[in-house]
Amino acid sequence: MSYSRPGFRHPNEPANDAGYTRRDYEGAVSTLCAGCGHDSTTNAIIQACFELNVEPHRVVKVSGIGCSSKTPAYFLGKSHGFNSVHGRMPSIATGANMANRDLLYIGVSGDGDTASIGMGQFAHALRRNLNLNYICMNNGCYGLTKGQDSATADRGSAGKKGVPNPYESIDLCELAIELGASFVARGFSGDKRQLVPLIKGAMAHNGLAFIDVISPCVTFNNTSSSTKSYHYVREHIEATNAFDFVPLQQEILAHYEEGTSQEITMHDGSIIHLHKADSSKDVTNRLKAVNSLEKEKEKGRLLTGILYVNPEIEETHDIINSTLRPLNTLTEKDLCPGEEILEAINSALR
Amino acid sequence: MKPTDIKDPEYFHKVIDCQFACPAHTPVPEYIRLISQGRYDEAYEINWQSNVFPGILGRICDRPCEPACRRTRVEETPVAICRLKRVAADNKSSAADFTPEVPGQKNGKKTALIGGGPASLTVARDLLLLGYEIDLYDDQSKAGGFVRTQVPSFRLPEKVLDEEINRILDMGVNTFFNTYINDIGEIIDKGYDAIFIGTGAPRGRDLPDLPGRNEGDESIFIGIEWLAAVLYRHVTSVPEKVIVLGGGNTAMDCCRTARRLGGEDVKVFVRSPRKDMKASPWEIEDAEEEGIPVIDNHSPLEFVIKDGKLAGVNFDRMSATYDSNGKRTLVSTGEEPLFVPCDLVLLAVGQQNALPWISADSGIEMSDRGLPAVDLTTHQSSVANIFFGGDAAFGPQNVITAVAHGHQAAISIDLFCRGKDLDDREPPSTSLTGQKLDMHELLYDSGISDDKRSAVPTMDRVKSLHDRLLEVELGYGRKTGRKEAMRCLNCDMQTVFDYSTCIECDACVDVCPVSCINFIENGEEDDLRSRLSAPADNRSQPLYVSDLLPTDRVMVKDENVCLHCGLCAERCPTSSWEMMKFTYNSAQAGKK
Ligand SMILES: Cc1ncc(C[n+]2csc(CCOP(=O)(O)OP(=O)(O)O)c2C)c(N)n1
Ligand code: SF4
Ligand code: SF4
Ligand code: SF4
Ligand SMILES: [Mg+2]
Repeated sequence: MSYSRPGFRHPNEPANDAGYTRRDYEGAVSTLCAGCGHDSTTNAIIQACFELNVEPHRVVKVSGIGCSSKTPAYFLGKSHGFNSVHGRMPSIATGANMANRDLLYIGVSGDGDTASIGMGQFAHALRRNLNLNYICMNNGCYGLTKGQDSATADRGSAGKKGVPNPYESIDLCELAIELGASFVARGFSGDKRQLVPLIKGAMAHNGLAFIDVISPCVTFNNTSSSTKSYHYVREHIEATNAFDFVPLQQEILAHYEEGTSQEITMHDGSIIHLHKADSSKDVTNRLKAVNSLEKEKEKGRLLTGILYVNPEIEETHDIINSTLRPLNTLTEKDLCPGEEILEAINSALR
Repeated sequence: MKPTDIKDPEYFHKVIDCQFACPAHTPVPEYIRLISQGRYDEAYEINWQSNVFPGILGRICDRPCEPACRRTRVEETPVAICRLKRVAADNKSSAADFTPEVPGQKNGKKTALIGGGPASLTVARDLLLLGYEIDLYDDQSKAGGFVRTQVPSFRLPEKVLDEEINRILDMGVNTFFNTYINDIGEIIDKGYDAIFIGTGAPRGRDLPDLPGRNEGDESIFIGIEWLAAVLYRHVTSVPEKVIVLGGGNTAMDCCRTARRLGGEDVKVFVRSPRKDMKASPWEIEDAEEEGIPVIDNHSPLEFVIKDGKLAGVNFDRMSATYDSNGKRTLVSTGEEPLFVPCDLVLLAVGQQNALPWISADSGIEMSDRGLPAVDLTTHQSSVANIFFGGDAAFGPQNVITAVAHGHQAAISIDLFCRGKDLDDREPPSTSLTGQKLDMHELLYDSGISDDKRSAVPTMDRVKSLHDRLLEVELGYGRKTGRKEAMRCLNCDMQTVFDYSTCIECDACVDVCPVSCINFIENGEEDDLRSRLSAPADNRSQPLYVSDLLPTDRVMVKDENVCLHCGLCAERCPTSSWEMMKFTYNSAQAGKK
């Protein structure tokens, strides 16, 4: 790329409560195509981390392969990261999370990386409810390898080559709800006002939070015949509900009239207020959540927003009852407590 | 807000902070870019066109452009705009030591210029190029006025002065030196088509009522008269202890000159607090670096005379209080007066206009402040063919303002001589040209330098104090000049937005390092400013607002700290942002 980013930032750039400015969450200069939705999604992640006062050194970024999977290089340059192989982000994330449960995990993947080669890994991370923020930048194609249709491309949608996709598409959100994800949302890279709070909500969630971000590929799939173009998405988008994300320790300023709002208290004490226009949409109910998705699809609409949340569900560490201390801090003494203890355990089992 | 009208020539002009702040509206970023490319001749010529004295101003300009420089809003120091002008002047080739083409055929109109300073010389240049005949009268033996007699040679060498002044005189000015006009009637009677008065503010203020003033007269001088006497070598030395009274640039010139003429113990005393001093900060710094203390809050009470000779000055210690409107009052602290011994006092406590030779029967109306009644734009006096400019018109200002006055007066004189309406003035000429070379290349270097401002190298202090003719500043060399030039943010390279092609992908918003760009719902200015992603409280800088976009939002860009880095244009997939060079040239005489 022919440019470098200037060193200057806005002189009155504010710092967050953790003392960081937005710049502290930036990464290297993007090498993606100009106008790529993934760059916007990247910036939404930066903004969410800034607003949540996340400490960059407490974050782990993992990804697979694809233009989308390159983006961890472009945000949180001072965090830990691992760019794995195609479709293998979940297993790397699982390993890292097992070793240190105290960090914040951001997994970035693409629709190819998730819905094709990585489908198996995706399914198992979901059913184990790994404490991971799984962000799938979904452009309906394999951008990095020049725009072949992916498994999320809608039937009949055509990218730059102009050939309509003959196959049925996979709805990753429906699948995620089905497979046991505890937080499922859909956003659009072109709407940060919705996307940033979605990411913040995901980060406050304990367990697997899956966000399907429709993120147009300007180069190969932004045609007038594509259902993943900026124009098409804007014309067909439908939000489940407006919502406010109120982080823990922040005063609730808005006033909610009774019956118009559903309050969900997240694991860390943050609150999500959903403004309900339609009482049939209950995002804590799996069945209703899937129904809403299907209903809108029937109408040719794309449902976005928080689709399903179960804040009470247990994440992997709770399920396997692992020690609260990160495993990587356990010493030989902790792991081999000596013959006496072994004897006690053995006798308890006799 | 309504969509911004970028066709209004003042919109983008305002974005070019330095050019906008320059009284003569010199195209600053353009000449700085040329310097960075080593094209000194062109850089010099652009300056010469608009400010007439690049070599002189590159050394002594008051630089109103520098505090305005965009860089001061993203870091501490402005681009050294003034000293870069000098780089162009110092490095130009002999081809640029040009004599401009003057029409052989005169147009038959004759103009008299009274006073040979920067304002008059600017009028001369502009009008000679149009075929006017010019007679210049000055009471000194050489032209230049203020810049010759009151600016010491260690700041402005005679060679530089002569070059730029002679270039104009050599265009064919008829000079009448050593000619003091006793009465304007003498000139009026000569039947000129137009008369321009640019005699400056030649009278230094005295402190006639201070006790001891008369008894000490032999050792008390008016600063500007004394500086002229030094120039003409009527004064060649000073006694050991010198006190300079005053806080302006003349005071700084006096004290530094006194240091060079043998003053070992030179001190400057100022009535007001230091922050209220009129002198440019860099002039004060230079004086202090030469070992001259600048002592504020000291008001002279009396000249102390012993044995019929000046022995020193008694000072009252002052303190300043400010009321809620920021209005200052200076009051005595009530402490004992401070006696400071000295052998010589130089008074640099202000300058006044002096037009005793303008008699009432000339028809020129004067105000009670001793200033002529002059139109702010046309510079015309109450007598239709008599014009004023420079300090003589509106009181003491600075050289670059005098040059700007000269241009305006020349336009008026030309319109007047052709029987046209003086208020129907030619607008500036402007243009907007694309800078795209190919997909990723722009015609200008859009990289942003992180370098701090380079210091101007100076002559060895000890050496320079021994010879008042040695120029203290050596000027930037070519390499440092280029480095300094690269600090310029190219504020004439405008970001031009086309709302009709934008797909609202946010790429420009995301890439902009200083968060200038927003896509939001429209509103009134206050409301918009409160909703932008980065603080937008600098109201002197405009918001650029687009037409309505498909999502019912508008693009709003705060021009305040835009770096003109071109990244928005680089990252826009639809070329909805384009970097375009905006040129703005103030009209000069003869255009309309
Ligand atoms: C094991 C393996 N198979 C195939 C590839 C080739 N390949 C690279 S990226 C990619 C698809 C990426 O698509 P997606 O995850 O949607 O990312 P995008 O570029 O669209 O963001 C493929 C098939 C690979 N790198 N490794
Ligand atoms: S190919 Fe598509 S997905 Fe990849 S960077 Fe370019 S626009 Fe983005
Ligand atoms: S040129 Fe564009 S990207 Fe650069 S600072 Fe200005 S608005 Fe931002
Ligand atoms: S990058 Fe271009 S197309 Fe995208 S929002 Fe900015 S101006 Fe519009
Ligand atoms: Mg993809």
